[in-house]
Amino acid sequence: MNDTTPSAAANPRHTAPPPTERVAMLRWMRENLFNSPINSMITVIIALFLVFALPDFIQWALFQSVWSGDHEACRAATGACWAVVGEKHRPMLFGVYPYDQHWRLILALVIYLSVIAATMTPAFWKVKILMPLWIFNLIVTLILMWGGVLGLQPIETSQWGGLPLTMVLFTGTVVFGSPLAVLLALGRRSHLPGIKSICVVFIESLRGVPLITILFVAVNVFPLFLPEGLEFDKLLRVMAGMAIFFACYQAEVIRGGLQAVPRGQIEAAEALGLSYWQLMRRIVLPQALRICLPGLVNHIIAAFKNTSFVLIIGLFDILTATTAVMEDPVWRIFFVEAYLFVALIYFVFCFALSKYSQLVERWLGEGRRF
Amino acid sequence: MNEQQPADAAADPLGDETVIQLIDVNKWYGNFQALRDVNVSVKRGERVVVCGPSGSGKSTMIRCINRLEAHQKGQIIVDGIELTDNLKNIEAIRSEVGMVFQSFNLFPHMQVIDNLTLAPMLVRKMPKADAEAIAMKYLERVQIPEQAYKYPGQLSGGQQQRVAIARSLCMQPRIMLFDEPTSALDPEMIKEVLDVMVELADEGMTMMVVTHEMGFAKTVADTMIFMDDAEIVEIAKPDVFFTNPESERTQLFLNQILTH
Ligand SMILES: Nc1ncnc2c1ncn2[C@@H]1O[C@H](COP(=O)(O)OP(=O)(O)O)[C@@H](O)[C@H]1O
Ligand SMILES: [Mg+2]
Repeated sequence: MNDTTPSAAANPRHTAPPPTERVAMLRWMRENLFNSPINSMITVIIALFLVFALPDFIQWALFQSVWSGDHEACRAATGACWAVVGEKHRPMLFGVYPYDQHWRLILALVIYLSVIAATMTPAFWKVKILMPLWIFNLIVTLILMWGGVLGLQPIETSQWGGLPLTMVLFTGTVVFGSPLAVLLALGRRSHLPGIKSICVVFIESLRGVPLITILFVAVNVFPLFLPEGLEFDKLLRVMAGMAIFFACYQAEVIRGGLQAVPRGQIEAAEALGLSYWQLMRRIVLPQALRICLPGLVNHIIAAFKNTSFVLIIGLFDILTATTAVMEDPVWRIFFVEAYLFVALIYFVFCFALSKYSQLVERWLGEGRRF
Repeated sequence: MNEQQPADAAADPLGDETVIQLIDVNKWYGNFQALRDVNVSVKRGERVVVCGPSGSGKSTMIRCINRLEAHQKGQIIVDGIELTDNLKNIEAIRSEVGMVFQSFNLFPHMQVIDNLTLAPMLVRKMPKADAEAIAMKYLERVQIPEQAYKYPGQLSGGQQQRVAIARSLCMQPRIMLFDEPTSALDPEMIKEVLDVMVELADEGMTMMVVTHEMGFAKTVADTMIFMDDAEIVEIAKPDVFFTNPESERTQLFLNQILTH
């Protein structure tokens, strides 16, 4: 019954129309930027920083920069060398994947990004639409990248790289990690002591280990325990390691959400005769996930950025691919621009994710005050 | 012979069939005893009202009847099935016994209609169209069919509690349990909920109601139960209970809430 709807949070103070634009702006500044001595100080420091740094940065990035041409032109200019992106974007985006097969990755990315765009459109928010769409997306993407069927030349996962590799790792982590997270969270709250202790030990021991250790174990130690002849793809092992790591953190977020669902909800569902799984799926989890959505998105964003850890096993995600590309002695000095480009890609994805979560949150809150 | 039966039935409208039986039931929360040697038996169609001071174990007792709480000693038999750890039995009994809570406990993320159709569809495997037809029927019965497509959070407390009653009725239970259904309501909404309950009683539903609404108790109760300190102190017909109770503790309690 607690009221957490964003729409209900409207502050009556802000609804009165201001006498003039100017006064309104001054009032907004006083309320948001200068509402305490510390905030005023921070505002002033940031303002000073912007005044000193911003003009130079804009000069460097926009007005004195070189957008196309070779490295000679770049060396001659005083501004940023964006030409490096034009020159090197293929190996940065696609790693060591065979050059003449890049069209497959481009096609896969286009399909993938379209499905993401559809997922972000409320008109498509029906399980009946999104489920098949994503299954189709994953199958097509994997066929395009892997090949070996439909006359496509097979490409080993060790040659995958760049942005598609990042996307595959990220998707695999979230798709496999999320159900595991839900099971771990439910297990940790189970009344069956055996299940409960297994989940607690699993979560606590893995959360206490850095991701890099888990990946190292998945890649180098895990195969030692497998029977001779049985071997999993290295990429798959890494994905499993990331998914498990992701699940352990996410399980704790979900547990918080589960705890916030009032006991009476479970009792009412039980009193109606629902079984444990029915009441979890239909009553408890929808409310719990809604409550902890911001925390969930937090870890999803972290999972996106964690994909860059694959560098330790010699795979080239977009960040590592860029590092490798910038070994080129001719273009080397323009690494800042190259990394800024990669940072922009990361930012676009993460920003979109967080905007998406706000959209979902608002959608879930509409009319449903709880 | 045949002609005498209706006359007997009129004298005692309740059948002989016992649908709830508690035999020497004991329940502890840790070291704290919440029920001590509780014996109750309820016949089909009987309306039982339970009252007593706060903390006396009223909720605990009726929550044991659909096993929201487990008892540790004694026997509870509902509709011929003894309540044990057997999950199948528990689910069977729960689908026959409706329960209405003090705090409504509607599912806030579902529209009213989905609150009502959920259990019939999941537990009774009823097709959606049938479940919706039944849902609308009971929403009309509690006089709020126009709220079917709202979310619980958009309704008043009285409306929410009527939806909760309708939700239980959609499972077509043979027994209804009420745990202080009007205690969380503003005074002006109490009547609309009690009216629905009186109507239900008139239709012959077997009901066990924890409440302090003594007006309601006088109207509908066949049997009054007074609990204090984890025990049943008195079980009596309402006329005796309200005018001439056996126990001094009952007397005291009634004086307190009737003069209040
Ligand atoms: N889950 C619980 N754990 C421990 N003690 C409880 C629990 N539920 C109820 N009790 C205690 O049992 C006693 C009876 O509670 P309850 O049946 O809710 O009383 P009533 O409904 O008559 O007010 C109270 O003293 C209460 O504090
Ligand atoms: Mg109570």
